[in-house]
Amino acid sequence: MSVEVNNLTKIYGTQKALDNVSFSVSEGDILGFLGPNGAGKSTTMKILSCFIPQTSGEATIGGKNVKSESLEVRRLVGYLPEHNPLYKDMYIKEYLLYIAKLYGIARPFNRVKDMIELTGLGREQKKLISQISKGYRQRVGLAQAMIHNPEVLIMDEPTSGLDPNQLMEIRNVIREIGKEKIVIFSTHIMQEVEALCNRVIIINKGKIVLDDNTEKLQTVSKGSTTVMVQFVSPGKIDTTRFKHIKGLKDIKHTENNVFEFTSERDSDIREQIFDSCVSAGYKIIRMEHRQFSMEDIFQQLTLKS
Amino acid sequence: MWTIAFKEASSFFSSLAGLIISGVFLLVMGLMLFFFPDTSILSGNYANMDGLFYLAPTIFTFVIPAITMRFFAEELQTGTIELLATKPISDLKIIMGKFLAGLFLIFLCLVPTLVYYYTVYQLGSPVGNLDTGGIMGSYIGLFFLSASFLSIGIFASALTHNQVVAFVIGTFLCFICHWFFLYVSKIPAFVGNVDYILQKFGIDYHYSRMSKGVIDLKDVVFFLSVISIFLSLTHFVLQRRKW
Repeated sequence: MSVEVNNLTKIYGTQKALDNVSFSVSEGDILGFLGPNGAGKSTTMKILSCFIPQTSGEATIGGKNVKSESLEVRRLVGYLPEHNPLYKDMYIKEYLLYIAKLYGIARPFNRVKDMIELTGLGREQKKLISQISKGYRQRVGLAQAMIHNPEVLIMDEPTSGLDPNQLMEIRNVIREIGKEKIVIFSTHIMQEVEALCNRVIIINKGKIVLDDNTEKLQTVSKGSTTVMVQFVSPGKIDTTRFKHIKGLKDIKHTENNVFEFTSERDSDIREQIFDSCVSAGYKIIRMEHRQFSMEDIFQQLTLKS
Repeated sequence: MWTIAFKEASSFFSSLAGLIISGVFLLVMGLMLFFFPDTSILSGNYANMDGLFYLAPTIFTFVIPAITMRFFAEELQTGTIELLATKPISDLKIIMGKFLAGLFLIFLCLVPTLVYYYTVYQLGSPVGNLDTGGIMGSYIGLFFLSASFLSIGIFASALTHNQVVAFVIGTFLCFICHWFFLYVSKIPAFVGNVDYILQKFGIDYHYSRMSKGVIDLKDVVFFLSVISIFLSLTHFVLQRRKW
């Protein structure tokens, strides 16, 4: 099972939402879609889930074309749309049963029970959808997307509006599914991508600006490592006292009492910074080592044009 | 398809709207046929139900678009169309499911009116002195008429994500399809030459023929064409995916 996207283009009226986008995802991948608002993330997902047709190009899921074999594709795909639309006047169970029947699941009652358990809806299961909180609605949306045990799970911002506990739970569910299925999701939360994905695609103005494994992302970052150091008294810090540290490229005074030490990649200068501080009598209250940050990469790739 | 039909019908009655619409329909019918002297069966002195079948198209012009206005407009408004359209079910089946649900609701509205038949049957002198064949024909005609209005209403609902707009468009189109051609044929320039042909394009002409108890294949074909034209138009609108 794989998802193949070739030269996908989508034009709304005169606006080009997607411009020649190509990528492929294979089994066991959790793909994170990143990009500023209006970059084309949702459009890509809508095309893959057979909601809207592309203007040109081709997309296949498991060898089936999303345009010409749409019904087969829809059976393979579980889709959680952005804003998670639901029938608010239905009960949770009633709604899930309805979706299960639309998929033609053999024993819908059992499956609905399983999904309620999996998504932790047990306590709320007898309520109307309009009565439950946003986090629980998100779970209903997720249950709905996974009810037919799809080969490919496509989710448009699945974790928006969740509290930190729910976030952890949903991430665990996604991670679990991602082991044997394909998961494609979009998000604005960078940490989520670092925590969950083994593939990242950053898209900007309808074009893919980065498509790589997260481990390889480091090479895209400036090729450097950053150490953030917070001192007690900012006034007296003399940056020349660190000059002798090997591999140090730059020192930036970012906030009141915070300095950013940039060094060559793969060199750990924390110990030397500490020693220099001790000899100079500077008191460190915080030190943080950052290999690379998704935020940096994201900004670097999406802000330049 | 049946899943959708069942869901639509049950959500219609789980919200008060369904009960109110069918309740108001029956209330208006009851008042018109047994209470208000101008239209009352009782003051007409004849054991027939012409009043019901004369009034029904007018009332259905409002009632049926009120039933159908939420069918697609609500899905477009709340975005649930995105759920429905990404399930392994074709657009045609979605439309047919909703159409069937609508037929069922109209059926439920019409069944209680059989009480009127029983009443008139008992009031006849001698008892049972009424044109049962004619009434059955009228019921069949009314059923075809409602099915046509239903397809018009569904089409109107797919055009917009605003339920009120869907209702107004639906009512207007029902009016056009039912009476427009009849009234146009009365324009002096047409009288005596094309008026008869013009009338044939209106639902009213075929409905009146069926009300006489004659089920002509031509009329049935006419109604089925109207239904399939509007359902196809709905299909076309949905397929465009302009939302």
